[in-house]
Amino acid sequence: MKLRYKRLGLILGAVALVAVAIGLVLNAFQSNIVFFYTPTQIVNGEVPKETSFRIGGMVLEGSLKRQDDGLTVQFAVTDTVNVVPVTYTGILPDLFKEGKGVVAQGALDSQGRFVASNVLAKHDENYMPPEAAEALKRAKVTQSPAVQPDGSNS
Amino acid sequence: MTGINWFKYAAPQTFFHLSGKWIPVLGWIAFFLAIAGLYIGFFIAPTDFQQGEAYRIIFIHVPAAWMSMVIYLAMAFWAAIGLVFNTRLSAMMALALAPTGALFTALALITGSFWGKPTWGTWWVWDARLTSELILLFLYVGFIALHASIDNPQRADRAAAIIAIVGALNVPIIYFSVQWWNTLHQGASINVASAPKMAVTMLIGMLVMTLASWAYSVAVALFRVRCIILERERHAAWVNDLKEVKS
Repeated sequence: MKLRYKRLGLILGAVALVAVAIGLVLNAFQSNIVFFYTPTQIVNGEVPKETSFRIGGMVLEGSLKRQDDGLTVQFAVTDTVNVVPVTYTGILPDLFKEGKGVVAQGALDSQGRFVASNVLAKHDENYMPPEAAEALKRAKVTQSPAVQPDGSNS
Repeated sequence: MTGINWFKYAAPQTFFHLSGKWIPVLGWIAFFLAIAGLYIGFFIAPTDFQQGEAYRIIFIHVPAAWMSMVIYLAMAFWAAIGLVFNTRLSAMMALALAPTGALFTALALITGSFWGKPTWGTWWVWDARLTSELILLFLYVGFIALHASIDNPQRADRAAAIIAIVGALNVPIIYFSVQWWNTLHQGASINVASAPKMAVTMLIGMLVMTLASWAYSVAVALFRVRCIILERERHAAWVNDLKEVKS
């Protein structure tokens, strides 16, 4: 009976040790595990220079512009606090839309513009039929005039 | 001690007969639930407002991903019990669960990849959720391979148990990866803390498929553990007295 508890303690101890080790390693690699940087992190200069990285956020409403060649697009990525302009030449994924999530790989040019080599659409966790989405949108439209200019609800 | 004597069921002989009765029941439950779940998923559940029909992968992908994690925890649990208490059946249970867990992990990765191409625009990215799920597949395969490489069953059980127990630390990393780090993979649509972020019929379809996966997993694991019991106890008198063995 004693031996069992000794073994149990040994296993629990070993697992706790490994858990701490993994925690430290993950913490040390924090910046490498991060899949993308937010516009605020980019504005604050927390991104790697000289190398390419990924930017993630929402495509700013009304920011999408298509060049005459039909392939080059310009849009802005926002995390609702800061905005970073992005240019990209290539085919956009189907779910790429203004107001929706996006992750783009590339690097900053000298003017602080993000030149993307690859654009991915980031999906959110909401699933609903089109009618429900339509109803939500209508509810938002009818609700928004109720918000006063100072931001408070009437 | 009053109540159920659990140690009675831990004897391979008792468990062999008991599990034989449960397999057909669980198998039929899994079969009918899977048909109901797929019918709800493909014919009743509405189209998604954003992804169109591509979202229907969740009826396979989400249950498979859940099972891949749950089965690993169950496997690690039995491996730990076997290591601590030296019970014969526990290690057999861990070994029986591994192939089913590996199957669900591969299924989650493959279906996710099929979904990722039309939705994200890529088959694969090295984000925290996808990478940790891939490590889970390697842990399953490593567990099976290590067990198979050692001839003595008791030594194989002990060595493989170490992988199972240490690897269990990967499961919370998979689950919380979407919260801890910025990932391309979206957050959980369903969790205990908030209301589900999906339409009710979609949710029902997914939960029915999850129950089907549970029933299937238990049935298949029991089937496999019966084979392992027969293999390991082949010299025991009760095995040689079995109807199937005698004839």
